[in-house]
This record gives sequence, structure tokens and C-alpha cells, in this order.
Amino acid sequence: MKVKVIVRLKKGVLDPQGKAIEKTAVKQGFREFNNFRLGKIIEFQTDETDRKAVLEKAEQLADKFLANTVIENYEVQIEDA
Amino acid sequence: MRFSILVFPGSNCDYDAYHSIRHVLGQDAEFIWHEETDLKNPDCVILPGGFSYGDYLRCGAMASFSPAMERVKSFANDGGLVLGICNGFQVLTETGMLPGALLRNRSLSFICRDVFLKTENTHLPFTNRLDKDRLIRIPIAHAEGNYFCDPETLDELERENRVVFRYCDRKGNVTEEANPNGSLNNIAGITNREGNVLGMMPHPERAMESIVGNTDGMRVFQSLLAQFQKTGAY
Repeated sequence: MKVKVIVRLKKGVLDPQGKAIEKTAVKQGFREFNNFRLGKIIEFQTDETDRKAVLEKAEQLADKFLANTVIENYEVQIEDA
Repeated sequence: MRFSILVFPGSNCDYDAYHSIRHVLGQDAEFIWHEETDLKNPDCVILPGGFSYGDYLRCGAMASFSPAMERVKSFANDGGLVLGICNGFQVLTETGMLPGALLRNRSLSFICRDVFLKTENTHLPFTNRLDKDRLIRIPIAHAEGNYFCDPETLDELERENRVVFRYCDRKGNVTEEANPNGSLNNIAGITNREGNVLGMMPHPERAMESIVGNTDGMRVFQSLLAQFQKTGAY
């Protein structure tokens, strides 16, 4: 199984990188896009087969380490390899 | 007084701290490698500046899970003095020993220059030789020093007088222009509720000798020495 953890800055947390990306995107003519936010995707694999158990464990890992829940939210997705 | 300086892969102000303590203050300093579990019986632990683990994932995130940091947590819980400077401050927020987080600077730039600081709380082991009315000038050198926390935490920090240092202009005005990185309420350093753990982005250990043009940082270390002389080992 493949696990994907998506980490995003919480709403209301200033994202200067997102702002810089937006500025450059708009400069290149992509005026229809706004509110850019930069996040992270962390992917990893497991030999475990119990989907529910893997999800639970991955959420623990994300909560404890992969995301800083003071400023970030996370979402765990599981894909069959 | 015995200082233990933690060393993570990527720490780069460990020797600045060592030099300041050993050669300027004439006190004991020991390096503690992050994998060690013996802090060597310090009176104060220093978490130095740098880029622990290359700032991978988030600044200070990896370092906060090292064996030595586990010991630092229990040392602090027992009332031991812990000073986190720059990356050390980031490590302290990542472990939860101090609230909040340090975000990317508002300008996105790495900022390396002197700033003026107002000391808001002079009753701490780290600040008893500082004066509310006398500003100090201390260098900063960081890309992620933008202090952030939720509104409730910010209220609590302000109410409990736990904002220790604030960025200000040369006249002591705490203004938006004097805020180098976008920190909430111009916060440059905070303490825990017990007052034995201090995290600050500016580098007092880089301002300890007249040969470098600035000795204002001495006052932080002199405060620690004064506290130690008063109370003995922590």
C-alpha cells in the first residue's frame, strides 16, 4: 500500500511563498488564478494490508511529526500499490 | 556555572556559544551530541543556532525528536534553565516546550543584521541584568523567524508577561517598520509559564566582545550568572 500525506498551512496562517508564487504567476498572464497556498506531499509505502490500521498509524505519524498542527493541517490518503 | 550546548547535524552557532561561555565568560561549556542521553549535569542548556538536519521538513522538527532533546525536556520539567537561540527557538516550539511556531519571514528573505530589542520582562533568570528602559542591539540571522500562534495563545503570552523581547526601532518604538520578519506583536523572544525556558531569534552569543563591535549580548549571559550565584545549581 502507498500512503500519501498532504500537509497544508491552516487558513489564516500567512503564506509568503504562496504570495510570491501568485505574483509571478499573474505576471506571466495567469490572471484567472488567485489565493495560492504552498503545501507538501509526503509519500511512503507499507507492506501492511489492513487499510484501517495503516490509516490510523499514518494519521498518528502525521499528527506527531509530519505536520506541525499549530500551523498546518494534514490529510492522509491510502492507495493500493 | 556549567553550560551544555546541544549539537545537531547542521548546528553552526555551537562554537559561537562555546567561545562566548568558555573564553569570554570563563565558565564551563560542554558539547552534547544529539544522540547522547547524558547532558553532563549542566546548570543551563543552550540550544544553538544553525540549520539542524538541514531544516528538512520544518526548521527544528527533526531535532526535536533526538534522544538528547528528550533529556532536555525532563531537565526543563525539573526547573532546569534552557536557552534556545534562533534554530534553538524553533526546536523549542517544535517540541512544544514553547507555544506557537516560527514561519517563513514575511519578506521571504534571509535577514542578517542588527536589530534593536526592548526587554519586556526583566524578572527572569535570563534577563535580570537587563533594563526595560535600555534597549539592546543584537544581530539576527534567519529566514524563518516570523513568530505565529493562535489568538488565545497570544493573549495568554501577553497577559502573563511572557513576551520577553520585542523588535523596536532605535528609540524603543515597537512599530511595524521595526518588525524585521512579520512576527505577531513584534515578538523576538518568549518564555514558558515557569520562566525557565527562553526562546529568542536574535543571537546574544554573537554580541559578546568589543572586537566584534557589540557587547549587548553579555547582559543575557550575565543575568544567567547572577541567577546562578544567587541560587546555586538550578
